[in-house]
Amino acid sequence: MEGRERILSRALSEIQAGMYVNLGIGMPTLIADRIPSDFGVMLQSENGLLGIGPYPNENAIDPDLINAGKETVSEIPGAAYFDSAESFAMIRGGHIDLAILGGMEVSETGDLANWMIPGKMVKGMGGAMDLVQGAKRTVVIMDHVTKRGDPKIRKACTLPLTGKAVVDCLITDLAVFQLKDGQLQLTELQPGSTLQDVRKKTEADFTIAPALQEA
Amino acid sequence: MNKVTPTIDSMIEQIHDGASLIVGGFGLCGIPEKLILGLRESGVRDLTVISNNCGVDDWGLGLLLENKQITKMVASYVGENKRFEQQFLSGELEVELVPQGTLAERLRAGGAGIPAFYTATGVGTPIAEGKEERVFNGRTYIMEKSITADYALVKAWAADPIGNLVYRKTARNFNPLAAAAGRKTFAEVESLVHTGALDPDQIHTPSVFVQSIFVGAGYEKRIERRTVAR
Repeated sequence: MEGRERILSRALSEIQAGMYVNLGIGMPTLIADRIPSDFGVMLQSENGLLGIGPYPNENAIDPDLINAGKETVSEIPGAAYFDSAESFAMIRGGHIDLAILGGMEVSETGDLANWMIPGKMVKGMGGAMDLVQGAKRTVVIMDHVTKRGDPKIRKACTLPLTGKAVVDCLITDLAVFQLKDGQLQLTELQPGSTLQDVRKKTEADFTIAPALQEA
Repeated sequence: MNKVTPTIDSMIEQIHDGASLIVGGFGLCGIPEKLILGLRESGVRDLTVISNNCGVDDWGLGLLLENKQITKMVASYVGENKRFEQQFLSGELEVELVPQGTLAERLRAGGAGIPAFYTATGVGTPIAEGKEERVFNGRTYIMEKSITADYALVKAWAADPIGNLVYRKTARNFNPLAAAAGRKTFAEVESLVHTGALDPDQIHTPSVFVQSIFVGAGYEKRIERRTVAR
């Protein structure tokens, strides 16, 4: 199984029936297609839609109907439209069960950096800072190391933060970590990955869940 | 009461050099495209623009950037615009990046007469620098100040002559917040119906927030990412 596939299929298992979920731009968006339709999951788009449907057919494209990634989408039965303040009232007010976001770096205490590389690009944080503070649970999905092979799970983030101690769960192509007592804990190894490999490719200190220690 | 103006010029000519503008829209969805084109033509300069995004290189607010009419931009996400990055890195353009929810709430608060509020968004990040911190119920929050501006430029789907507005789908986004936070609010709309034709239960922006209405024709409504079912 390819790395991205491992990340996506593990991330999917975070989503339970009846949840209200916000999927971030990029890789998290790819999870949408995989959610079983009988789950009754409502996907929130922070630009003002609760109940995102699949990409439309060519003849149903509507420029007034986009997701937060500015892609044309559709609405499902039961959908609702609202303004940006109400959208973030849902998010900041703790009404969204789960946010799944991409990451550039995660620290050993659950800090997240995913919006800015100083001097290199100016894009902005969009809704990410609100999501990590407001959603009931924040799951970050990312490759374990950079394209150059450098660790992305660091003792401390080197990039400007999106939020401090906000990552509840981190899913990479090699492993799954949960934030436990303010510290990353390795809770699962992805298929084909070893503890030794994870240690080598992780700069951060982390604890190891009892179930994995016995293995 | 009739707030409809036959030409957009009567709105554009009020907007002076150095004015602050709140502009509705998310990406290119729900942007006041006629007003932006009018501003480009007028050549008005030194604008402070508050808007979630800054258009793309050749459409929306990107047109004003290209013409160097904007000196300060307040936005949450500007990744779709190469010119923006150039002007920012060269120091030509002053930029304040604001988390999207904080931007929405600063506008909502501005329109509602609330000077500031506390939010957990941005705590522990560069956004918190220089801002008052307070702890409520054991959690740290930062103070964010509200935003108002000289003018709000909004785009609606339908209006009546007294200025009630209805938006369509995700083209609503920041528009109702902008409408309330502008000291003067100019709305461009796709259709005009007679007063009383809009269901009072379904109005998104009540007429009190709107000072002038222009009915546009031939909306381009450009799409940034055309994604279709496979």
